[in-house]
Amino acid sequence: MTEAPLHGRAGQRPLVSIRKLSKKFSNGTLALRDVDLDLFPGEFVSLLGPSGCGKSTLLRIISDLSQPSAGRIEWPGADRADAYGKAEHSLGFVFQEPTLMPWAQTLDNVTLPLRLRHMAASEANARAETMLALVGLKGFEKAYPRELSGGMKMRVSIARALVTEPKVLLMDEPFAALDEITRHKLNDDLLAVWERNRFTAVFVTHSVFESVYLSQRIVVMAARPGRVMSELQVDAPFPRDNLFRTSAEYAHLCRLGSEALKAAIEA
Amino acid sequence: MSEPNPASARGTDQDATPVFAVEERFLGIPKSRWPGIIAPLVMGAIFLGLWEGIVRYRGIPAYILPGPMEILKTLGTDWPTLSIALWVTLRITFAALIAAVSVGVSLAILFTQSKWLERSLLPYAVILQVTPVVAIAPLIIIWVGDVNLSLLICAWLVAFFPILSNTILGLNSADHNLVALFQLYGANRWQTMRYLRLPAALPYFLGGLKISGGLALIGAVVAEFVAGTGGSASGLAYRILESGYQLKIPRMFAALLMISISGIAIFLATSYLSHRLLHRWHESAIRRES
Repeated sequence: MTEAPLHGRAGQRPLVSIRKLSKKFSNGTLALRDVDLDLFPGEFVSLLGPSGCGKSTLLRIISDLSQPSAGRIEWPGADRADAYGKAEHSLGFVFQEPTLMPWAQTLDNVTLPLRLRHMAASEANARAETMLALVGLKGFEKAYPRELSGGMKMRVSIARALVTEPKVLLMDEPFAALDEITRHKLNDDLLAVWERNRFTAVFVTHSVFESVYLSQRIVVMAARPGRVMSELQVDAPFPRDNLFRTSAEYAHLCRLGSEALKAAIEA
Repeated sequence: MSEPNPASARGTDQDATPVFAVEERFLGIPKSRWPGIIAPLVMGAIFLGLWEGIVRYRGIPAYILPGPMEILKTLGTDWPTLSIALWVTLRITFAALIAAVSVGVSLAILFTQSKWLERSLLPYAVILQVTPVVAIAPLIIIWVGDVNLSLLICAWLVAFFPILSNTILGLNSADHNLVALFQLYGANRWQTMRYLRLPAALPYFLGGLKISGGLALIGAVVAEFVAGTGGSASGLAYRILESGYQLKIPRMFAALLMISISGIAIFLATSYLSHRLLHRWHESAIRRES
């Protein structure tokens, strides 16, 4: 593994292209400074960094929930762009909490993005059922969020994010609150869905082990001000499983990741 | 959860669904709830027994303190008059409550749509709320002219504020991440209101409704005391006043009893409505096994 150039992948057009992006909050905090990042179609990227490095802010800016103070985001690879050059509805977002509507059954939670776009109920339900089966929740369509465990709620949240078949899935430390066993299981299931649907996954985490296990590319970020420090390629083939998790290669990559993270924290 | 996990549920997290308390029921009511029903009933029976005993033993005349049996008897004999009065009072109460719900909820929705509207109007809603209804009732009666309408306005004034303020709180309490999610999917204002803010506000609204139900009755009774209108179309408050003048104390108690029972019935009805609407999802209606 070597430190790859930030705009690598010669010949491939990025789906999202972030240039010189800065974000300053009204209280003066410089959350992000001069971030350059390309996201390529179908890749799995992790944003790894200590808290306060602006990785969540970056996700919010990519998803247009927050506006950058300087710099720009382009979607050169998006075929369905609106007047502002942004690919509408081509995003899925998974928050740190499941963020489900407690008054709605699982199926209604998953169909929400489709209903907001006025899709017919029958088609929306059919799509949601397929997606729920894909995340291993067949049979729980009628359950209310409070009847589900923490891991299952997260699965619902992922199903909801994927039901619109987005090009980009943004995940903001989705498994941070789960126990380790559940987290491993969800990591595996997330990878299975990703390999099947091949969206671009952007996964924010502060766990080196999680980032190495999941991603093809790890973008290491530093805090105060939030910025991109280095980038690591993880070339291990997919599907990855427990064998990979216990391999010497994985341990080696984790050590490299930890060193990069340590450098970012001390920078 | 109630239904067993389907066969397809494999792995770890599917087996970790939360456990909810399942209780044996007697006459449809969970067994642990029965003491809460029986204890006050026993207490009430003891109290009524003592009351009746003392009144009889000491020979207290009915125009000072009638016994419970006497009151019950009066309730029977005066039922034709009292039932009409009850109907008049309840009609005003419910009309006021319906008006409070429609005005309170509509204003709350308007206020969340426009901060300026809220800033300019909410202080006046507060002023209406903190001014004692007894103090403005005479004015309202003079201005409006029609007695029934005046009573309705008075009862509405008392009842609408809890609904307004609770609904505003509820509409603003939607999970900020869900609000972001709606924004992400390009939901318009109406969709955000319909699918997110209104359901999120429901528990708060129902809490306000529980308070307002009782307040509407109080408002209706107080306003009628002030109006003091007689005639065949008068409500329970006037019957109490009238019985006081005529020293028909048992009838006074009977009317009082009817007001109390109405209040309890309204409270039970709003509590039941709240339970029906929330029991599947809201934390307030959940018993977890510990």
